[in-house]
This record gives sequence, structure tokens and C-alpha cells, in this order.
Amino acid sequence: MPKDSGIGASSKRREDVRFLTGNGNYTDDINIYGQTHVYFLRSDVAHGRIKNIDTSAAEAMPGVVRIFTGADFEGIGSIPCGWQITDRHGQPMQEPAHPVLAIGKVRHVGDPIAAVVAESLAEARDAAEALNVDIEELPAVVDMKAAVKDGATKVHDDLTSNLCYDWGFVEDNKGAVDEAIKSAAHVTTLELVNNRLVANPMEPRVAVGDYNRSNDEHTLYTTSQNPHVIRLLMGAFVLGIPEHKLRVVAPDVGGGFGTKIFHYAEEAFCTFAAKAVNRPVKWTASRSEAFMSDAHGRDHVTKIELALDADNNFTAVRTETYANMGAYLSTFAPSVPTWLHGTLMAGNYKTPLVYVNVKAVFTNTVPVDAYRGAGRPEATYQLERVIDKAARELGVDPIKLRRQNFITEFPYATPVAVEYDTGDYPATMDKLEEIADLSGFEARRKASEAKGKLRGLGVNCYIEACGIAPSNLVGQLGARAGLYDAATVRVNATGSISVMVGAHSHGQGHETAFPQVVAEMLGIDESMIDIVHGDSSKIPFGMGTYGSRSIAVCGSAMVRATEKIINKAKKIASHLLEASEADIELKNGQFTVAGTDKSVAWGDVTLAAYVPHNYPLEDIEPGLEETAFYDPSNFTYPSGAYACEVEVDPDTGKVTIERFSAADDFGNVINPMIVTGQVHGGIGQGIGQALLENCSYDENGQLLSASYMDYAMPRASDVPFFTVDHSCQTPCTHNPLGVKGCGEAGAIGSPPAVVNAVVDALQSGGHKNVTHIDMPCSPSRVWAAMNG
Amino acid sequence: MYNFDFEKPSTVADAVAALATEEAQPLGGGQTLLPTMKQRLASPSKLVSLTGIAEMKGVCKGDDGSVCIGGATNHATVASEAASQYPALAALAGGIGDPAVRNRGTIGGSLANNDPAACYPSAALASGATIVTNSRQIAADDYFQGMFTTALEEGEIITEVRFPVPEVANYQKFEQPASRFALVGVYVAKYADGVRVAVTGASESGVFRWTEAEAALSGNFSADAIDGLSVSADGMIGDLHGTGAYRAHLVKVLTKRAVAAAS
Repeated sequence: MPKDSGIGASSKRREDVRFLTGNGNYTDDINIYGQTHVYFLRSDVAHGRIKNIDTSAAEAMPGVVRIFTGADFEGIGSIPCGWQITDRHGQPMQEPAHPVLAIGKVRHVGDPIAAVVAESLAEARDAAEALNVDIEELPAVVDMKAAVKDGATKVHDDLTSNLCYDWGFVEDNKGAVDEAIKSAAHVTTLELVNNRLVANPMEPRVAVGDYNRSNDEHTLYTTSQNPHVIRLLMGAFVLGIPEHKLRVVAPDVGGGFGTKIFHYAEEAFCTFAAKAVNRPVKWTASRSEAFMSDAHGRDHVTKIELALDADNNFTAVRTETYANMGAYLSTFAPSVPTWLHGTLMAGNYKTPLVYVNVKAVFTNTVPVDAYRGAGRPEATYQLERVIDKAARELGVDPIKLRRQNFITEFPYATPVAVEYDTGDYPATMDKLEEIADLSGFEARRKASEAKGKLRGLGVNCYIEACGIAPSNLVGQLGARAGLYDAATVRVNATGSISVMVGAHSHGQGHETAFPQVVAEMLGIDESMIDIVHGDSSKIPFGMGTYGSRSIAVCGSAMVRATEKIINKAKKIASHLLEASEADIELKNGQFTVAGTDKSVAWGDVTLAAYVPHNYPLEDIEPGLEETAFYDPSNFTYPSGAYACEVEVDPDTGKVTIERFSAADDFGNVINPMIVTGQVHGGIGQGIGQALLENCSYDENGQLLSASYMDYAMPRASDVPFFTVDHSCQTPCTHNPLGVKGCGEAGAIGSPPAVVNAVVDALQSGGHKNVTHIDMPCSPSRVWAAMNG
Repeated sequence: MYNFDFEKPSTVADAVAALATEEAQPLGGGQTLLPTMKQRLASPSKLVSLTGIAEMKGVCKGDDGSVCIGGATNHATVASEAASQYPALAALAGGIGDPAVRNRGTIGGSLANNDPAACYPSAALASGATIVTNSRQIAADDYFQGMFTTALEEGEIITEVRFPVPEVANYQKFEQPASRFALVGVYVAKYADGVRVAVTGASESGVFRWTEAEAALSGNFSADAIDGLSVSADGMIGDLHGTGAYRAHLVKVLTKRAVAAAS
């Protein structure tokens, strides 16, 4: 019998009432009296030297309040990078300056050159057209391998080259890995591209800066996944505003997918300019601006080699990856191809030796940073693709090959520095074989063939590291922040509760799921509990939402704070019941003296805390509010097995997804319906990457896919009905809820399943020379592969 | 978007007069023009809306049996009202864009714009349609003059399009994955005096007739009839979504499918 409330119940998403009735309060809905509007003049060349900006004609245009250029930001801090990588030789990465507005050079199409603040957006835009900007166009650096060749044009003149870092992991294993590959019975090699993506949240980025001269307080309303992080980065590193004078609010946010983690120049601009013009300043990105200014995702070029012994045991994995950083280092960009990627290269397998080399490269393109999965999809894709290729080369069943090499004992220390606490990979594969009806595949293939279609089956596993992350560990790895989270549980006098959480919900359903946990712990109704998030002035602190961390890290903080509440409430109850504290039990919202019928209700205890007439004032304070910070001791390791069946039209190369099944192990699940929805969304995005999405530049650094006319987003008709199961549950051993996180799994696990299936379909159609197709497997690419 | 004047006349004569202003531009459903203006890539001094002209709206049957569609008729109307008289044309209209586009965009607007990936030009050309303007009648074969280029003069308005109804016809569209315009679209129409095949989406010269296929199909209206033919990749559009060779290949695939569907 499914539960109807508390942990494990599929409580309906309460936030959807306002989202579905048009009552959300998004940043663009915020309009402040006296507000001005800013329009950013952005570079239309990928690389150029700014010789002169003449603002005189523009300043005379109607409605112009003030025009800013890079010169206004000389001496203002650089947009900071939150993670420093140390290279193979022990040297720090090259870290260029990132001015709020371009100084000296423009480095990608979309780089902001000037900002016009005016009474209306139309007037700002009119004036921007009257700006006289003289830019000497320079050769653009676009291709990563060309960018790191001697003599290549430099994106940043003050760096020694376009190489940000050359990272080796684990460097001490390199010799042994090389030797294992040299002596292997079989080596499968695969070169592939992990295509550049644009996150495309439905809501574009928006920032509203406000300044109160009377108390010197700044407020920034922004579309962020982590308002406290923005306050820290922008206040401390860019504008020099102390925290108590800077409030950052991220109200309803219409999707993030990673690209709203980072601190962007537009946020710093609106905050800075609001004080400079002494009026609120608002910016709302157009969709075109989003394409050329939101941090992009992925964009890796990789060669992976898998070595096997004569019994098909994996003996070593070696990879070499070029990772595009774009023109500047976005907030967490350096960590994505390194610590969020190399550490996952063991996958679900007991491969004893792994070596990962990553060269991060600057190019004249939009900065690249975390996008749903961030590094882990790139790791999973290459590993699961090369395993599939190896199975084909060796003539063995790809599922059997995986099963043979599964890690089966936990905890398991990988050769890439992480320790998986729990998992059961055979169990998720068993579950997959059942829900995907793999035994019926051959019959379905025959039915497809009868229609003239090629049917393919792709299966893969994934492991990811989320619940990000132990602060002491990430500090050693170069993070410039801690990755704990915080929660305050404020119990009101009548027993209702507000929980101030550092996690930020922008589609994840926190407002529903988090109260389920507190309700379960206290035995009260979920409707008595509300979540408060997204406002640095209301919540204690928070590192925000990304890396599938919200319930695992912030949820754990909430549990700890609730435990403190229960402890204090028991003290109050023991006073009211005139019993020993040790004998007080909390059940179904009642405090009972064990073994008696003496009890006091939750609401009576909370009322006593705020009306302390009969209260142990000598022992405890009035009130009932507790805060906890929680720092995880390890990552969490969700895992699973996915299966995709495609049909390929041999005449056109068009791929359709006929079936998709996902068997995930997320540990304990708070709200199964929300988890299912998260998996659906993740798979949808993974299918988008595998079949449709492709952010593409030409050799001059012009963005070819700069609108939905050329950037193909997945639509409802592109995805099948998913079969999703998360009944395989090996609870996380190191957090109080035993949860692992589910937000990114679908996007991590699905791309290799799709491409494995497409290759299988072509192979079944006699195209034996087709061993790989780079994503997206668009009709033209699939047709070209068949006719190559 | 820059400022502009706006007029919504109720007669063709008033529309023609309103368009006499320098830099004035007619506005059909605005599905191309308005986004272009929003991007500040077009700056007409005046927009003259044609959608308030009753005589330019609707679907009717001409004296010669042809289907006559007012220039300001939107795609959704064509999809429903032409369905019984000319089902292949109605099906094409019902497959343009999405419901919002189909309830705004007009046949006259589409033909006047002559986007190389638009659907309607293929139907007009394959049907040997007559483009009727405020001042003359233009045969489809003379009307399309390359991508975004037509025989229309400045200020000339498409008031009606007359489609001779074929014995059978079919339109096959292979969608560009992002825009869902035609990556290649092929319209095949069989008349008593022969078969016409028009291709959209594929050529750098805009919509064109595949005359070799027309000859083969006029002799034998079956998909096999064009087995021996091939389309050259020369002059075909090559972009992110497909090479010229791929588009040339699709022309044949879709022609065969259209014939098979029409037979």
C-alpha cells in the first residue's frame, strides 16, 4: 500500500498550483518604482581589438540615463572562477581576467562591449545602435586542437598559450596504464565528440539591481540556482560589497540545468549600475542573448582506449580529452572535465587501472561550464560507448561483458580516487532486462524489418557522483568554496513550520518533497510545513542546487535541524508531562510518556515554547527554532542501467525512439512521483543531446545555431513513453536519509543508450563499417554513415 | 522593433493606396516579417495589414473547377475548407508550422515571401497555380524567381491563388529538425495532361520542378518509374542540417513516397 504522506509518498507538487495558473513570481515579474532598463551591446565578431568606443551620439539619444563601457570597470574585480586546477606538472591552471564589460578585446560573439541604461528598453536599444564602436577583427580560435598548436592566435594575450591546463589523473598510474594497454589481449579504441549544448531553460536569465542610498544596501534579484553563492562571488570578488549590505534574491526560477549556477557579468553590472545611476536597473535576456551569453555545456573531443585480457576482463582505461573552456573561465568550468569527469572513469566496473588526461583549451566561443550532469555524462558516454564497441569487436554480448566486469563488493575504492559506498549493479541490470522486455526484442526487430525499418537495441550502465560534496575533499581538489548546506527549522507558536533551506528549487519540487521529510519525522501533516528558499536575507546560508545535491546535502541539514527541534520539544514536553525526558516518545504528533497514556500534542508543546508560562525557563530558552549545517562525508553514487530501442529509416537516416527503459538506484526515495519526473526530464535532455541538439560555430567563430531555427530542442513527439523504475534501492550509508539524488541521472545515462542503439540498428542493416556516429545522430549524419 | 505606422484597410484598392508610401510593406500573418522586425532586421515605415480585407479571405470553387484561395486566408482555414476539393493541398496547409502559425500565417504571405524552405511554393508550382494580384495574373512557372524572389512588383498584392485540381496529388515533407520547415519537400500532382513535381527546401535557387521525374511519371505514374533517375547535388543547399548530397538524395526518396501515397 503506497503511503499517502511523509517519506515515500507521491504527494502532489504544491508549487505547481502557482506555476500552472500563471501565478509564479519570476525575476522578470519584479518591477521597482523608478526602474531603468539596460541593453548590452554585444560583439558580433568572435575576436577583435577594441580601438575606440565613441558614445557621444548615443548619449544624446532620448531616454538615455548613462552609458557604460569597459573603462567604467577598470579597477573593479574580475568575474571570478570558483575552482583552481593543478596541472600534471604541479602548476596552477592559467586563469585569465574576465571583466564585466570587455576591456581591450572582445573574445566571443556575445561578449558585452557596452551597456546602455535608459528609461525604456527600446530607448536603450536605439541608443546602442548609435554607439560608434571601432573593432579591429582578429583571427578567431575555434578548433581546440588547432588552438593549442604553436603559433596559434591567443585568446588572452597575457597568457602563455590557449592551454588552460593539461591535467593527468591519476598521474602516478600513467606508466602502469600504458604498460597494461601495450600488453593487453585486446584494445578497443574510440574517438568521439561530446557535442556542445545550450541549456535553454524556458526562462531566460534576468537581473534587477536595486540600491538604497539611505542605508547603503544593495539588492540583486536574479535567476540563480544559488543566491548565496552569487552574493559571495559578486560581493567579495567583483564589487567589494560586504554580505550585510548585499541581499541576493532568486525568486521562482524557470529552469536552470546548470547554466544558472554561475555568476554572470550582467548580475554584477545591474548591481553596480543601480548605485551608479541611483535607480534600479533591469535586464532581461532575449532568447538570442541567451544563446550567446548563457554558459554552454559539454564540448569535449575524446580518444578512449579500453584494454581487456584474454578472458574479456577490463584491465585498463586510458583517455585523452580536449575540453573547451570558451573565452573565459566560467564559475565552475575547470572542475567539470576534471574532478567531475575523471573520477567517474571507472564506471560500474572493476577496471584496476585508469588514466585520464584532459587538456582544457581557451577558444573564441561562449564559456562552457556545468550542464545537467556536468562531466559525468561525458565520462559515462565514452566509457559505455567503448564497451559496446569492444563487445562488438569481440563478438560477445554487451550486457554479458558488462556484467562480467561489474563491481560487486562495497564499499569499493576505485583507481580514480573515489569510494563507492553502496550499489548493486547486477540488480539494476536484472530489473532493466525485466522492464525493458529485452527477451522480446528480436520479435520487435522483425516487426520493424517488415516495415522496412532497422531496429536497434542499446543498453548501458551509469554511475555518477553527486550529493556534492565533502568540503575538505573538494578544498584539496581546488574548490574555492565549501559545499555543505544549511537549514533553519522555525516552528511557530501554533505548530506550523517554516523551513529556510539553502537549496534552491527551480523545478525540482523541493516545496513538496522537503516538507514530507519533516512531516515524517514529527508525525504531523505536510500542509503544516512550508519551505522558504531563494533569499539571502531569509535563509541562514546555502550553496544552492546543482550536482543532485539538494535532498542529500540540504535535506540532511534539515534532518539535523529537525532532530534538534525534537530534542528541545521533548524537553518542553517532559516539563509539561512532569516526566523524565528520557521517557518521552514522539509519535504521530503526540509526545507520550512511554508506557502510559499521558501525552501532550505537538501544538501544545510549540505554544508553550512561545507562551512560556509553564516552562523550564531555568533550563532552556523560549522559542523553537534550530539551524544546522551539514557537510557530507562522501559523494553519493546513484547508478542504473538503461535500454533504448530505436528505429532507423534506411532511406532518410531518421531515428525514432520506440522504447526507453530506465532502472535506477537512487537509494531511498522521498517522493517517487517527483523522482520519476526528474528521470523523465533527464532522459528527455539526454535524447536531445543524442539526436537533436548541436551548438555549432563556423571557423570564424560565428554561432551558426543561434536560434531555434537551427538549434533543435527535443519536443514531446521526439520522446516515447518512458518505463522508469527505481525500486532497486541500496541506501546511501553516510547521510541520514539514505538518499543519493536523482536530478542528473537521466541526462547522464541516456545518451550512450541512444547511440548504442543507433549503431546496433545500422549494424543489423548490414552497415558493418559503422562503429560510431557522433551526436547528434541527426538524419543527415546517420544517412552519411550508411552511405559513407 | 522600430516604430512604424499601421493601417488595416478593408478593400484591396485601399490597401494598394496605402502601400504607395515609401518603405511601406504589406503584412499578411506576419510569421516571417514580425520576427524579422523584432530583430531590427527590417524597418518598414508602414505596415499595411491585409487580413481585414474580406474579399481576400476564404476558399471557393472557380468556374473552371479550380480551387480559389484568397491571399489573406490562413493555413488553418485552407486545411479545413479545401479538404474536400483538394485534399493534398489541405494536408500541406495542415502541416505547416504549429497551430499558432497556421492560424496566423497566410497563403499570400507565404508565396510573396517565397522562403526556399516554405511548403506552399511547391504546391503552387506543382499545381500550375495562377497567382492573382491586384493588377494581373501570373502563372506559377513565371512567378518563382529564386529564393525570396518573385515576379511581384513593389506594392503588388496577392489577392487570390487559383489551383487547378489534379486527379491525384501528395506532398511529402522531411522536416529540418530544429525549425521544422521543409529540409526537403516534394509535391507531386497528376493531371490529365501530365505529372508535375515541385521541390522545396533543397535548392539554392528556391522551389523548382524536377522535370526528368515529371517526364518519367507522366508515362508511368508509379514510384518505380523514377528508379533510374538521380538528382545532382550541384546547387543544392548545404548547411548544419544536411549536405547538398543528402538533400538531393531526399528529393528522390520523397518523390517516390509522394507518388506511392498518391497512387
